[in-house]
Amino acid sequence: MTENAKPETRATFINIGERTNVTGSAKFKKLILDGDYAAAVEVARQQVEAGAQIIDINMDEGLLDAEKAMDTFLKLIASEPDIARVPIMIDSSKWSVIEAGLKCVAGKPIVNSISMKEGIEPFIEHARKVRRYGAAVVVMAFDEKGQADTQTRKIEICARAYDILVNKVGFPAEDIIFDPNIFAVATGIEEHNNYGVDFIEATRAIKARCPGAKISGGVSNLSFAFRGNEPVRKAMHSVFLYHAIQAGMDMGIVNAGQLEVYDQIPAELRDACEDVILNRRPDSTERLLELAPKYKGTGETVETQDAEWRSWPVTKRLEHALVKGIDQYVVADTEEARQQIAKPIEVIEGPLMAGMNVVGDLFGAGKMFLPQVVKSARVMKKAVAYLLPYIEAEKTEGARSKGKIVMATVKGDVHDIGKNIVGVVLQCNNFEVIDLGVMVPFQEILKSANDNKADLIGLSGLITPSLDEMVTVAEEMTRQNFQLPLLIGGATTSKVHTALRIAPRYHGPTVHVLDASRAVGVCAALVSESGDQASEFAAKVAAEYEAIRVERAGGGKEKLVPLAAARANAFKIDWTNYIPPKPALNSSTRVFAEYPLHELVERIDWTPFFRAWELAGTYPGILEDKVVGESARKLYADARKMLDRIVREKWLTAKGVVAFWPCRRDGDDVVLFEDESHAKEVSRLFFLRQQIEKRAPRANMCLADFISPKSDWIGGFAVTAGHGIEAHLARFKADSDDYSDILLKALADRLAEAFAERLHERVRKTIWGYAPDEALTNNDLIREKYRGIRPAPGYPACPDHSQKPELFRLLNAGQNAGLSLTESFAMIPISAVSGYYFAHPDAQYFGVARIGHDQVEDYARRRGIPIEQAEKYLRANAGY
Amino acid sequence: MTRIEKAEQLRALAQERILVKDGPYGSMIQTYKLDEAGFRSGRDFTHDQKGNNDLLNLTRPDVVGAICKDYIAAGADLLATNTFNANAISLSDYGIAGMAREINLAAAKLTRTCADAATKRNPAKPRFVVGALGPTNKTLSVSPNVNDPGYRAVTFDEVKGIYREQVDGLLDGGVDFILVETVFDTLNAKAAIVAVDEAGEARDEEIPVMVSMTLTDLAGRNLSGQTVEAFWHSVRHARPLTMGLNCSFGATELHPYVNALNPQVDGLVCIYPNAGLPNELGAYDEPPEMTAKLVRGWAENGWLNVVGGCCGTTPAHIKAIAEAVKGVKPRQWHVLPPALRLSGMEAASFF
Repeated sequence: MTENAKPETRATFINIGERTNVTGSAKFKKLILDGDYAAAVEVARQQVEAGAQIIDINMDEGLLDAEKAMDTFLKLIASEPDIARVPIMIDSSKWSVIEAGLKCVAGKPIVNSISMKEGIEPFIEHARKVRRYGAAVVVMAFDEKGQADTQTRKIEICARAYDILVNKVGFPAEDIIFDPNIFAVATGIEEHNNYGVDFIEATRAIKARCPGAKISGGVSNLSFAFRGNEPVRKAMHSVFLYHAIQAGMDMGIVNAGQLEVYDQIPAELRDACEDVILNRRPDSTERLLELAPKYKGTGETVETQDAEWRSWPVTKRLEHALVKGIDQYVVADTEEARQQIAKPIEVIEGPLMAGMNVVGDLFGAGKMFLPQVVKSARVMKKAVAYLLPYIEAEKTEGARSKGKIVMATVKGDVHDIGKNIVGVVLQCNNFEVIDLGVMVPFQEILKSANDNKADLIGLSGLITPSLDEMVTVAEEMTRQNFQLPLLIGGATTSKVHTALRIAPRYHGPTVHVLDASRAVGVCAALVSESGDQASEFAAKVAAEYEAIRVERAGGGKEKLVPLAAARANAFKIDWTNYIPPKPALNSSTRVFAEYPLHELVERIDWTPFFRAWELAGTYPGILEDKVVGESARKLYADARKMLDRIVREKWLTAKGVVAFWPCRRDGDDVVLFEDESHAKEVSRLFFLRQQIEKRAPRANMCLADFISPKSDWIGGFAVTAGHGIEAHLARFKADSDDYSDILLKALADRLAEAFAERLHERVRKTIWGYAPDEALTNNDLIREKYRGIRPAPGYPACPDHSQKPELFRLLNAGQNAGLSLTESFAMIPISAVSGYYFAHPDAQYFGVARIGHDQVEDYARRRGIPIEQAEKYLRANAGY
Repeated sequence: MTRIEKAEQLRALAQERILVKDGPYGSMIQTYKLDEAGFRSGRDFTHDQKGNNDLLNLTRPDVVGAICKDYIAAGADLLATNTFNANAISLSDYGIAGMAREINLAAAKLTRTCADAATKRNPAKPRFVVGALGPTNKTLSVSPNVNDPGYRAVTFDEVKGIYREQVDGLLDGGVDFILVETVFDTLNAKAAIVAVDEAGEARDEEIPVMVSMTLTDLAGRNLSGQTVEAFWHSVRHARPLTMGLNCSFGATELHPYVNALNPQVDGLVCIYPNAGLPNELGAYDEPPEMTAKLVRGWAENGWLNVVGGCCGTTPAHIKAIAEAVKGVKPRQWHVLPPALRLSGMEAASFF
């Protein structure tokens, strides 16, 4: 995770801090009972610092006036910005305590929980009140008959509660969170053996049955039978979460910082836990019970743990501290290492990096959780911060900086390869670069520019909605009377867009920077000592942009035809004898939880990789190129080396999902159905049609043209190779290793593309199976010589990024591939590809390009959104 | 027409044009230069009443009515009642906490009468009456005592109670909607929303509510520490008829926050800024043309459904604003993708 990641983006698994719970933490209980609220508030602070995205607060204790304690505690934390910035979960089994809590929280909290335990009436009444106070709600799988234990009961109760809440109370589905009850397993009672499986499977089913709702659970119940044996409990929790998250569990009340790392659980213990949780053998409980005493002693208390690892050699100690996230001794240990090792930098490159590698690998494999990684990174930072003065002291004094630039990837966007390359190049050229990271709102950019007295501001973005955000920044700069030059860069930006949309909104110099190689020249000119040269350059650019605007205004554009005419000139396919191939896949969805990376490596299309590094040429010819050959070869060698490690050490996890739906074309829409009877519509995809005047026999194409109006099939997919990347990037960042940072991101992008390509091949050959005999070389594949296409929302054939949420919903991409979207529809993690599959032999790629107002209107109507919103989504294409 | 039908009528009109809300009573009342006797108008009180603008609904309905008519003449479609401080907490400063209901009832009837007369004169331009709830001078989410951060001068139920009394008075007096305005404390606003909801339940009707946040610092947060997005998540459950910003600063300073709010709100947006920032003497001197020009910029950006004025604005400002936004297309609201939208001081959305 980068420091700049906003809570909005961390959507894969939501960690709810559990330490501020008197039923779960003896320490917190004691503080509250003793009335030591100051110390109790610190517990909350630590939770947020450790990465809790929501904090659960529970005061259900017989000796307490729970209402009063809830009230006092919530009021105290309300004035702590470090704590109160995150949402609160008000946790109590008593309604009166919940209501007391609701009266203290200014934000929108979650109530945990209500249920049908006492019947429908009180359930409805409580739900109405929760709604009235403006909270989301956790619903326990509990009814008059009791708490749901089996899979069937869990699903039944949640479905019933969902229908009541949504239809009767008018509760928004997205504000409902189900807790299908995590019960203790391995209790010795046979009926309890399947409880782990019951929860996991119920989770899967409830997510499918109750669209929009989320799943949560209190994890510590699971291991109740092993009270007093913390190592076994931790192991059980980690193993359980590992499986439950894959089934769709969205959030959990866990002390994530203390979870045992999945891979570090001794194999025999892990297997025994897995047997118990997944109920894999009749004697699972006996076997875990037998094993348990052996682990009881290890690490049960901090003291014994200390004694053990503190006696190890210093490099091992540093590694241990990093993996476990213990920062207590790190400064002393770093100092000890510094004295032993020749150069301070080698302390970082040696033992510290080794520790972070372990962390990165574990996280990449999904065996360590986010807060643990945050803790590890903090340990690393402490060590680096300690070493920094020593490293600095060894350096010779550098030349004075040429100028200061504040750079950022704008709000809503997470892509930063290009920006980082520009940053490195500028730094090499003696510019001081203040990199604000990704998803940066304009307030922060402008504040930083002011605070740092910057000479330049550089904005970057990859997806089209970022273009709008750049306009916003430009407008704000005008309003706040900035005079600094504004530089624009990133894949979707262009000189034309900058000239037409951004420059007119800012009164200062606005310059589009095509690539990193131009950045130095542009920046140097703009901050040149002789002001004349700077203003001359700015004037030259301004004149050039004015010329672009004049040219655009004066026509010179290809003519658009009315939408009706474009539709009349649609791409014609003779459907009379066409039999749509039915996907061979048995179930409608296929999930790839961890796609083998080695299979993807050979599929990599290297040409765009070199392009990302601004080396022009086609692979493999580029390696022999007279000009860039040598650089390309070096880069390629480094890339292969890193790629080997990525694969061997599982730096990245590739996850993906594919699904198919029966469908038919309806105008420019494609209607998706639940099954082949076409009885129930599940979705509608809205496509756009080319409107630029075509000369016969060329058609005005639309993706819908490739779907039969009677009956057909369409597919969808989402893949990513980005899981796990953040830990490595953090590692590079901590080491200020921009090269590896950029290299890894570029490789992850290539792997994601390769994954999409490989999956498409498997779809054609087997999963859909309409081209079982296809035999093409990798080169042919890259040149797309196959049947069928996989266009992606946001790209030329269907340029509207805002179609992604619906595609993600259909694919359940969050659950199935761990993917989420930012408010500008950028996919997270980065290095992801999503799109549709079309199988017709005539299906082909094209660019929608410019469209007219009539089509934007039509599109808004079809989608049921205001025209202004449609215009915003289609701004890059709206040609009027 | 029921209140829900009125809300529908407002929404339909807001599709056609940008609607105009009136300006404040306070600065206009000052121009009448009333003294203590002028405020009392012959009635007996235990405390001094000079400055108790809400009392004038009872003692000087002529003054309040004249101001309301000025705003009607200026072109305001939405007319707020002169009840910003007409709650038992604020009125207790003047020793007349017990008169809250009476004042609200009178204010609502007065504004209703003016509005209905105007609507009758020109049925093509229906006027709406909005019952205004101010923030009170007590805060539920911040301690007034620096040494005791857990202390609060009032409870949620007390605040809810005084709002309920005010809401009942306003509804009985015939207002169309309730406006929870100048919200510097989110929890106070939530108490007001609960009060409105409960009042509606008691009357077996849904009461449309308008919500307007106030920023207390230039970093764009209110006193509860919330950003505009976080605040919006906190009140969105009330399905506000309008959501927006008022007071805080002038249009210049408010600009980025209107921009931030615009894409988040799946309803009407209503903004009414001050006439710039106060000068050294605490007076507002931004001329009407200036305010109107700034507001016009928002309208052209497609950010506005309803616009009016707050501190320092006058009927002349409202008239200039009304003319400036005439013919400019109103904002169309956005459809938000489903997500679990929570907030602390910051917004958190989980898709």
